[in-house]
Amino acid sequence: MGFLKELWAFLRVRKKLWLAPIFVVLVLLGGLLILAQGSVIAPFVYTLF
Amino acid sequence: MKILGISAYYHDSAACLVIDGEIIAAAQEERFTRIKHDPGFPCQAITYCLAEAGIAPQDVDHVVFYDKPFLKFERLLETYLAFAPRGFSSFVTSLPVWIKDKLFQKTVIAHALKDLWGKGVDWESRLLFSEHHLSHAASAFFPSPFESAAVLTMDGVGEWTTTSLAVGQGNTLSVHKEIHFPHSLGLLYSALTSYTGFKVNSGEYKVMGLAPYGAPTYAKLIKDHLIDIKDDGSFALDMSYFNYCTGLTMTNAKFDALFGGPPRQQESTLTQREMDLAASIQAVTEEVVLKLAKGIARSTGQKNLCLAGGVALNCVANGKLLRENVFERLWIQPAAGDAGGAVGAALGAYHIMLGKPRDVPKGLDGMKGAYLGPAFSSHAITESLTRCGAVFTTLSDDEVIEHTAQALADGKAIGWMSGRMEFGPRALGARSILADPRSPAMQKLLNLKVKYRESFRPFAPSVLRENVGAWFEMDVDSPYMLLVADVARDKRRAMTADEQALFGIDKLNVPRSTIPAVTHVDYSARVQTVHRETNPRYHRLIQRFNELTGCPVVVNTSFNVRGEPIVCSPEDAFRCFMGTELDVLVVGTAFLRKAEQHASLTANYKENYALD
Repeated sequence: MGFLKELWAFLRVRKKLWLAPIFVVLVLLGGLLILAQGSVIAPFVYTLF
Repeated sequence: MKILGISAYYHDSAACLVIDGEIIAAAQEERFTRIKHDPGFPCQAITYCLAEAGIAPQDVDHVVFYDKPFLKFERLLETYLAFAPRGFSSFVTSLPVWIKDKLFQKTVIAHALKDLWGKGVDWESRLLFSEHHLSHAASAFFPSPFESAAVLTMDGVGEWTTTSLAVGQGNTLSVHKEIHFPHSLGLLYSALTSYTGFKVNSGEYKVMGLAPYGAPTYAKLIKDHLIDIKDDGSFALDMSYFNYCTGLTMTNAKFDALFGGPPRQQESTLTQREMDLAASIQAVTEEVVLKLAKGIARSTGQKNLCLAGGVALNCVANGKLLRENVFERLWIQPAAGDAGGAVGAALGAYHIMLGKPRDVPKGLDGMKGAYLGPAFSSHAITESLTRCGAVFTTLSDDEVIEHTAQALADGKAIGWMSGRMEFGPRALGARSILADPRSPAMQKLLNLKVKYRESFRPFAPSVLRENVGAWFEMDVDSPYMLLVADVARDKRRAMTADEQALFGIDKLNVPRSTIPAVTHVDYSARVQTVHRETNPRYHRLIQRFNELTGCPVVVNTSFNVRGEPIVCSPEDAFRCFMGTELDVLVVGTAFLRKAEQHASLTANYKENYALD
């Protein structure tokens, strides 16, 4: 939670709120890529592309 | 107030402890782990810093990290967005690393501290972050001997900034101008480093050393196509020639086409082309640095200049800057690369974030000669060497000086470990290999039989401060070996017409002065002035060598082999001694001769380390 608060504050101070949705998508995508390294989720990731 | 500065997770991890504004200790992690450019969390360096000061972890008021991960991630994201869909493979490679670790650096660092020091303190609440170039600027200004100065930092890239101009005044540092990624002088130099077949982040020194063998025949091409330089030194790169924004290499096919061929393969034969490329990028770099400095002098009216960032390790450019007299005085942070960010982070937090006053350092500067690392007591040295099976004699301090000076005069190559280890990339007479610079064969011998490195690379001289003006064309302090100057004219030897006609490395074997081992092919030398105030023992040694030979100069190269971090402990020194063709080893007051050691302890050493 602390991380999200800091990230939000950072985006506001930097006037980069437009990055927030991209940030969320990328974090999800990155999370998937990490999980895919464990191979169980890999087939699911492939369908995304 | 006790502040610990940390740089980590990219390359050259380090820690630095500042107490009430004074730098107490600083060390790079690679020296302890024996992994060159170790990027890991600097556990051992931190442990050493606290031990040096005799304080407990809970006494540390703040821990400061040297850059800002969110800001760096913002730069990565925006860069990928700007170039999308190009760069997808690079994106896929780097994103998981960020999502796993780097984005959560605050938590990662707090956990690392908890693992190291236990759960007694909430480290997250004591953790601060400093911007990368502000860390560099702080490391350049706060330890400098100036009340006010212009501060120029140049490196590959931090978060967004690649070049910054600030003005330091008392305990403040205000940034006036920045050049942002992807336009970077450091990355341009690294691109040419990679193209000439050397490793990025370590081969830049080699390019600089190779430059005097060539002619800057590609400089115009570089300026016409790669970089647009304005009168005030600001610049922009044409990114269509580079691949570092979106790919895993520095340059692309268009770059290859511009220079008429593919990059040189690592470790393949060097040709005149690489030498000319090195000379060209060096000339362009010098032009940018000089223009930046002149622009800063005009815009700030400052009389002093402080430098830091990886490009500030380009001592040839620094020497030119000095000779141009753009500023009255110049001070360069000895750990100008990322390791020095730990110093800047700690000092920046103390003066800028916490608003504490700054006393202008007395003496040379606040870096204490860069002797900020661990020292070993006589007892510890005896114990270590005995454990290693070494045969040694413990001498008095006067005897050590006498025996070592005599061995130097007899042409021996000497491993010299004395006092506190240096902080930063240079050996400055605490962990050095020393030799007689008058010997014409010494450069080749040291390169091929002791250091196991490329034969074109020059060695640097250590000269007594009081004699520097008589031996080199400079008469200022250069305690950190960061200024290049020519050997004095009366010490040079004129080359014959045949010798003049030689090209490239063949020219190296021609003795060009009375101190050929430290004279580069263009008569230049990377000078270290040795000061009685900061390293009295080393000063005495060179003084005695001078009495014996009439030469107040010795060859000083780092005590390591190619690819190995500089030695730290007596064990490291003994291992390196036994694995190379060093003749004598001095560790504190212990004196060792190779001929007296057990042959069974000789190790095949050079294959232990990956080539850099």
